[in-house]
Amino acid sequence: MSQDESSLPALVCPRPSEGGGQIVLAHGGGMRMTEKLLEEVFYPAFGNAALAARHDGAAIETAAGRLAFTTDSYVVRPLFFPGGSIGELAVYGTVNDLAMCGARALALSAGFILEEGLSIETLKRVVAAMSEAAARAGVPIVTGDTKVVERGKGDGVYINTSGIGVVQGPAILPSRIAPGDAILLSGDLGAHGIAILAAREQLGVQTDLLSDAAPLWEPVEALLKAGLDIHCLRDLTRGGLAAAANELASARGLDIELDEPSIPVRDEVRAACELLGFDPLYIACEGRFCVFLPETQAQRAMSILRACAVSAGAVRAGRVKDEARFGVIIRNRYGSSHVLDLPSGEQLPRIC
Amino acid sequence: MCLAVPGQVVEVEGDDPAFLRGRVDFSGVRREVSFAFTPEAQPGDYVLVHAGFALTVVDQEEALLTLEELRRLGEAVEASPETAEEAPAP
Amino acid sequence: MKLVDEYRDSDVVARLSAGIRRTATRPWTLMEICGGQTHSIVKNGLEALLPPGIELVHGPGCPVCVTPAELIDAAVALAARPEVIFTSYGDMLRVPGSRGRAEGPAALLDARAAGADVRVVYSALDAVQIAAANPGRQVVFFAVGFETTAPGHALAVVQAEALELENFSILVAHVLVPPAIDALLGSPECRVQALLAPGHVCTIEGSAEYARLSARWKVPIVVTGFEPVDLMEGILMAVRQLEAGQARLENQYSRAVRADGNAAARAAVDRVFEVTDRPWRGLGLIANSGLALREAYRRFDAVARFGAGPEPVQDDGACISGLILQGLKKPRECPAFATLCTPEQPLGAPMVSSEGACAAYYHYGRKV
Repeated sequence: MSQDESSLPALVCPRPSEGGGQIVLAHGGGMRMTEKLLEEVFYPAFGNAALAARHDGAAIETAAGRLAFTTDSYVVRPLFFPGGSIGELAVYGTVNDLAMCGARALALSAGFILEEGLSIETLKRVVAAMSEAAARAGVPIVTGDTKVVERGKGDGVYINTSGIGVVQGPAILPSRIAPGDAILLSGDLGAHGIAILAAREQLGVQTDLLSDAAPLWEPVEALLKAGLDIHCLRDLTRGGLAAAANELASARGLDIELDEPSIPVRDEVRAACELLGFDPLYIACEGRFCVFLPETQAQRAMSILRACAVSAGAVRAGRVKDEARFGVIIRNRYGSSHVLDLPSGEQLPRIC
Repeated sequence: MCLAVPGQVVEVEGDDPAFLRGRVDFSGVRREVSFAFTPEAQPGDYVLVHAGFALTVVDQEEALLTLEELRRLGEAVEASPETAEEAPAP
Repeated sequence: MKLVDEYRDSDVVARLSAGIRRTATRPWTLMEICGGQTHSIVKNGLEALLPPGIELVHGPGCPVCVTPAELIDAAVALAARPEVIFTSYGDMLRVPGSRGRAEGPAALLDARAAGADVRVVYSALDAVQIAAANPGRQVVFFAVGFETTAPGHALAVVQAEALELENFSILVAHVLVPPAIDALLGSPECRVQALLAPGHVCTIEGSAEYARLSARWKVPIVVTGFEPVDLMEGILMAVRQLEAGQARLENQYSRAVRADGNAAARAAVDRVFEVTDRPWRGLGLIANSGLALREAYRRFDAVARFGAGPEPVQDDGACISGLILQGLKKPRECPAFATLCTPEQPLGAPMVSSEGACAAYYHYGRKV
């Protein structure tokens, strides 16, 4: 399909076309076209004092305390899907990682890698989604960067966001997980992964399901304000609950036991999984998290979680054991238990 | 070959039997399915779908009868204390 | 989910478990034929709900596991061709052929990583659509399975013919269940006393052939579904026969299986395919156990079209899949199980197939 590129001379046109509504390589050149793109697309959407300073980085006032710092990159196909877009994911994903550290997000950076040929209209939609998500999460996007890659070298747009926040309260870490801790799950599994699958259309599955993408600071803040002794928090992303549980069991060196009948899965997610041979425990979420805390505080934590919209479906999902033999075990409705392995790679649809 | 899932027929269309197709609803998830082998399927019926094909129309009456029997299995035994069974160990 | 949840009911499963305990007075060895049944048994931990004397032995009903290594090699070679879009069910993507990874792509997933256009499809008809939409490319579909998928594959060929597609072909890897049962029950080492027959194969084939097998080998055969209630009920029905000294065909899966099966589906298969001898990976050649395209449809055969003839290969010595598929050994008894052989680095198919016995034991079968 592509010619051998090394046989073409490196030509640079002194008068690049304006782009005509599409991203062109010149938009990434750092000069007038880039300025224009920033003025027309990014600054209006993310407008705040830090960006207005037009500096390389943003300096932010903080209260004395420990900073949480995180980064994530977002590569999503399709860019827009029922319930969200790469824009929401790029904001919520990083905000949520900070929340899992017990930190309210203070500021985000946003780096864009745009593919030549991307329509500016599409870019504006993504940026608008980010702006709304940032407003909903109460966090400004204070600094950023834009690069352009040649047509064919990117999926429209890749986004990296990094975030900082101040940790409020005691440290929240895997190492604080203790034997006997209760494990709470904030809601049902797999809506994001199945919404994306349906939007991709290759498997011909249709549903009205929306992605569960959402910011999670509100319930975390409520738990912290109640003075609960939160040992660990973890949001579910790729690999779903199974991946998160395995990572924590491994990081802490204690077995985790999950109770399958307690774990909520919406009808559409279950049906799509049945059809394609997937297991909901491994399907990605983007607005769900787990809480690890002493058993004695579990009841109170449950009330707090259920009072917040994004965690209204919270359940007790399991507990931490005081041994390290299997990693994660899951008990089914027949009373049998089996080891819940870390997924080796992508789940593939199956017919057997 | 094993992964076949029951779903409810939404509609069936087509003239050529080889191209007879329509949508099946699985608890809110819909997919187009071939009815080439179940031309008798009607909207509202439940069909067993495997790899995009409806293999058979599910006999719901039969299903109901068997389930009722199974739900009563062991009742006569449990009612009499002499033959009371231990519950299976979890 | 309607017609699914009812068959997962824990109260009904408990009643069936108690029923089996009440009925069994001595040890019995049963075999479930289909890999999907094995998967369900191991994943749901059903063996723990059976009395100690009832042993379940896992059968060869995993079409992915028994597809000859040389056919996987042929698939990988076809996928590597730039003009080919290679389509397949997801099940086949991780299965290694005969080559070690050092020699190049061993499985279709490796070929995809190396740049081949390999696409997962849910249905053979999707592959036909891809061919119709890409007239400049050759679309090959990996036609794997037992009697359950054969009608769909036959229909794909019929549709391709009706649409006058010149760019659609199938790589045929079909196997038939009854000859494998004959081979299994005829083996002197066979300890199996009753069979759970594959429910979905029987929705197509009906139960007549299984009635004949039951009479020929004098074993109870119960056509059984896949959910925990189905499997436990099938086991109960088989154990009742064994205790009573009976050997006949029964149908547990009556909501889906009728005695005469699906005639329209069988007619489609008959029109397009004919019976042939077929080698089974790990088991060797079984006469009249496979399907091939008839002369009139030979032009849709990928091997004929591309000259991509599979070359017989020696299977890896360490893999004992043949013994596993015959139920003569359990996966845990294999020295390579979970050590040299894992889902990431499989020595053979049963460790990587979603319904392979080794994979089932690896993912769900560790005693907890």
